[in-house]
Amino acid sequence: MARFLTPKALRTLLPALSLAALLAAIFYLQPRTMSYFGLNLLLNLAVPIALATIAQMFILCVNDLDLSLGAFVSLTACITATWLNDTPLLGVLALAACVVAYGALGALIHLRNLPSIVVTLGMSFVWTGIAVLILPTPGGSAPEWIRTLMTLKPSLVPFPIIASVVIALVVHIGLMRSAAGTVLRGVGGNPKSVERAGWSLLRVKVTMFSLAGLFGVFSGMALVGLTTSADANIALRYTLLSIAGGILGGGEFVGGRVSPVGAVIGAITLALAGSFLSFLRLNPDWQIGAQGAILILVLALRLLVSSRERRI
Amino acid sequence: MTWVSQLVQKPWVWAWFGAVSMWVIITGVSGFGAGGQVMSAAASFGTFFVIVAIGQMFVITLGPGNVDLSIPACMTLSATLAMKFMNGDPGLLVPGFLISLGVGLAIGTTNFLLILFLRIPPIIATLSASFLYQSTAIWSNRGLRVKPPEVLGDFAVAKVAGVPILTLVVLVVTVGMAFLLHRTRFGLSVLAVGQNEKAAKLAGIRVERVRFLTYLMCAVFASVCGFFLAGFSGGAALNMGEQYLLMSIAVVVIGGTSVAGGYANLTGLWGASLFMFLLVSMLNTLGLSAGYRLIVTGAIIVAVIVVSGRKLAR
Repeated sequence: MARFLTPKALRTLLPALSLAALLAAIFYLQPRTMSYFGLNLLLNLAVPIALATIAQMFILCVNDLDLSLGAFVSLTACITATWLNDTPLLGVLALAACVVAYGALGALIHLRNLPSIVVTLGMSFVWTGIAVLILPTPGGSAPEWIRTLMTLKPSLVPFPIIASVVIALVVHIGLMRSAAGTVLRGVGGNPKSVERAGWSLLRVKVTMFSLAGLFGVFSGMALVGLTTSADANIALRYTLLSIAGGILGGGEFVGGRVSPVGAVIGAITLALAGSFLSFLRLNPDWQIGAQGAILILVLALRLLVSSRERRI
Repeated sequence: MTWVSQLVQKPWVWAWFGAVSMWVIITGVSGFGAGGQVMSAAASFGTFFVIVAIGQMFVITLGPGNVDLSIPACMTLSATLAMKFMNGDPGLLVPGFLISLGVGLAIGTTNFLLILFLRIPPIIATLSASFLYQSTAIWSNRGLRVKPPEVLGDFAVAKVAGVPILTLVVLVVTVGMAFLLHRTRFGLSVLAVGQNEKAAKLAGIRVERVRFLTYLMCAVFASVCGFFLAGFSGGAALNMGEQYLLMSIAVVVIGGTSVAGGYANLTGLWGASLFMFLLVSMLNTLGLSAGYRLIVTGAIIVAVIVVSGRKLAR
């Protein structure tokens, strides 16, 4: 047993352990959540957050940071709730254009060697602006098929759990287990050596940013499937949530060290933190603060684990 | 023509060029009267941008990963606690200001301790901590808008010959900060750490002490800005700091400070602050709707970075 509990394994397990602890606390406080229906309610909103966190993770992986993700998800939610519902062809084209725009942003950042923080900061205005033009007042409605998908009630296991597992596994296999994924991650670790080995850094950056755009689009669609309508500011808090989720899940800011499974777990942990606090009957004023406190706590635990790692 | 090519190479020139062209467009569209008014408004609002941007600039100069995301929460908390304490009583102005300073010192210290002990990137440290500060502000504010003492409100909007007094004060502070940055041991240490942390450490600079002072300074500037902004806008509100997060970073970068760290520029801060305000005013003058205004604002920020970007290269 002791052999498996090496600090390195602990570090990998930490996100999952934090989630388990949080879930246990929620079950203890409110046993009724320990049912199919309860879990469904509890985890519903975690799906779009998990998708956004995966999107952020792709950007973190190439040592960049996306401060426009929340605005971008809001935009795709607006497109989903309007064009994709009314004129599906136009909607699909617009969403595809969003993904292409993200790829182009990656190319621009790479070619001109720009700081991603500032470029995405500027782009957040652009995304919000377009979203306001598309949907000046909150409204729209979710396309029927997305609504159906997001409210699926499979027997035995609630849909959000299945969705989270599928998202985590697909990205894990694609990014962590495939040859192409290794090259993509290598750019975060050592760009020069990847370039010397003959791969185009430009193509890697464009791929990663396009993937981020794609998952941003998925996140917006999933969100609209749950809320059934959208507005231009619907997902602004996703920017910070996605960064925090990625880090909670074991990601690092530099070096291409990311973990798709961890990112999904981190996102769910953050989404659950809110419910946990309301079950605690904590004053709503402290909700945001407690999320910050949980974040700090997990990071402190991680430090404890990795300092043991170093000693051994 | 050598002076032109020399000027173009200055990092702050683009911000000022942008500010002047925005002003020319506004004046061209709506005449000199409006041009004068908008300049005065730009000085007022730009001053607040500059106050937070000075602190953010020192932080960003420390090198990659150093950004203070707790500025909005710090502004809100400082303004809320100070306004609540004074409760409109002019006699309590000095202790109120001291409370505001105290909030800044406490937040700066907390931020630094998190960075030091958790060894997490400053972005995440200040982000997580800002949730706590924001919650404290929400808890103590309860959604009310506590009016500032009249004296403070009067001071924040007072003008001498059309120039806000606060602007003059901050101009003097800016000059002081330029001296601090380029002529003192602390300022040069910040630049050295930003250029190469390892080399700075080997040269005997106490990196952590420099980092501590920088984050402390940034939080204090933010809290002071919150104090005066509450006076200026008639009270502390929970969302008062919202736009200052993006603004502080945008102003620093457009002003010619390197995002990669190690190179800071105070002249550009003023140009960039005026530019950001005048840009929004210009778009209003042209009668664009909210959506187009946002798009053009974002596009121009990105364009400025792309054009002036070569020097920012990591």
